[in-house]
Amino acid sequence: MANYSTNEFKGGLKVMLDGDPCNIVENEFVKPGKGQAFNRVKLRNLITGRVWERTFKSGESLEGADVMDLEMEYLYNDGDMWYFMKTDGSFEQYAVEKKALGDTEKWLKEQVAYTVTLWNDNAISVTPPNFIELEVVETDPGLKGDTAQGGSKPATLSSGAVVRVPLFINQGEVLKVDTRSGEYVSRA
Amino acid sequence: MADDWQPSASIETLRERARLLARVRAFFAERGVLEVETPVLGHGGSTDVHLDSLSLEAATPAGRERLWLQTSPEFHMKRLLAAGSGPIFQLARSFRDGEVGRRHNLEFTMLEWYRPGFTLDGLIGETDALIRQVLPGVGPCRQRRYRDLFRETLQVDPFSTPLDTLRQLATRHGQIDMRESERDGCLDLLMSLVIEPGLGRGGIDMVIDYPASQAALARWRHDPEDGVEVAARFEAYVEGLELANGYHELTDAAEQARRFAEDNRERERLGKPMVDSDRRLVAALQAGMPEGCGVALGMDRLIQLALGKSRVAEVMAFATPRA
Repeated sequence: MANYSTNEFKGGLKVMLDGDPCNIVENEFVKPGKGQAFNRVKLRNLITGRVWERTFKSGESLEGADVMDLEMEYLYNDGDMWYFMKTDGSFEQYAVEKKALGDTEKWLKEQVAYTVTLWNDNAISVTPPNFIELEVVETDPGLKGDTAQGGSKPATLSSGAVVRVPLFINQGEVLKVDTRSGEYVSRA
Repeated sequence: MADDWQPSASIETLRERARLLARVRAFFAERGVLEVETPVLGHGGSTDVHLDSLSLEAATPAGRERLWLQTSPEFHMKRLLAAGSGPIFQLARSFRDGEVGRRHNLEFTMLEWYRPGFTLDGLIGETDALIRQVLPGVGPCRQRRYRDLFRETLQVDPFSTPLDTLRQLATRHGQIDMRESERDGCLDLLMSLVIEPGLGRGGIDMVIDYPASQAALARWRHDPEDGVEVAARFEAYVEGLELANGYHELTDAAEQARRFAEDNRERERLGKPMVDSDRRLVAALQAGMPEGCGVALGMDRLIQLALGKSRVAEVMAFATPRA
């Protein structure tokens, strides 16, 4: 991979730091009046998701990271690994570990497309679509006539996620949910 | 549709900007300081090791030549002083390669002015008054000695604390390996990351008595209190933002030539490109430049503070990404 100097750093650039691939979040040039310049850089570690703040001397460089975001459809899990398939017509499959799947596990639904981040061709994280439609598998019975306002209750969805829903929602209904906030949006 | 054709500042902000610039011009007109305009392209560039000049090739009356985009209008203005201009000011477009971020833009407006016959204290007073012209509500002005800032904030002495201690401190605060760095490198890092953010809170801080090694184009002065040589320069800070850099100007031509050569040797050592130094400035100093002080102020930052904007781009019609 190419090396990138601090003056090429920009949001979204993928670089290697301490052996882990990172995504540059922010790059701030700092310089005392007449002295040496530094870059204060915020990077998200793509393995752990943690944000690091590091200082570099201006002109220093980091090795680029071979990181790619690809769209893949979720297929199934065999109890050990989760399997995804590229949507580019190649039918190429990738096995994803639980660690890389993280919180996305509770938003998995077959035949839905996810963004799988690959580093050196290994899946390191999976991002769900912003909105997903899932069936309610368990919730307290709906209250008839209460379609207006007030109150909410927990509902367990087919993927395992638990979200707060309005009281009028019943088991078996399909809901639209925002995966970023984990909030109910509407009936699908 | 991409909307990146649009300005990075609102039209309302640009109106405010014009109003503040008019106020600056009125300030100098009242004081009898002459507005001048000098070229942004010159045969000499800034040799300053920590400034990266942009250069280009162009057809001139002398043929095809390398010309440098100024990092500040300093050299041409000093030549005017040597030619007998008296006090002068300029709102000058300046260029610095690699300077990108919330507080920086590749090109920016430098307000630079020179005061023959002024002492450094006199110019600090006038810089305070100029800042107040644009930021009427700013708190009181304090002079802070470089040495005291390090003692108070970090419990070290920038001049006498052993280099190893400074290296460790810089490494810890910057989360960066500074074990091979020179004293000035460590001090620069600690100044930018630890001390600067706290400066100019609730008022204007004028930092004075910099280490002699950080003199740039300022003279040296013996500090009777501490018994060390310090640079006769100051920097003005408001809200953690460095606004201005002032010098008791060097007028010794031989010393100026020596510092240019030294800068280029240091550039070579660091693997940075050589810069053609301004022989005409040296000649002007030889002919005689009046004793006095000068200061350069980042006009965009001052406007940014006046209008309460968080990024310098928000007060520029088109910051570089949209230019």
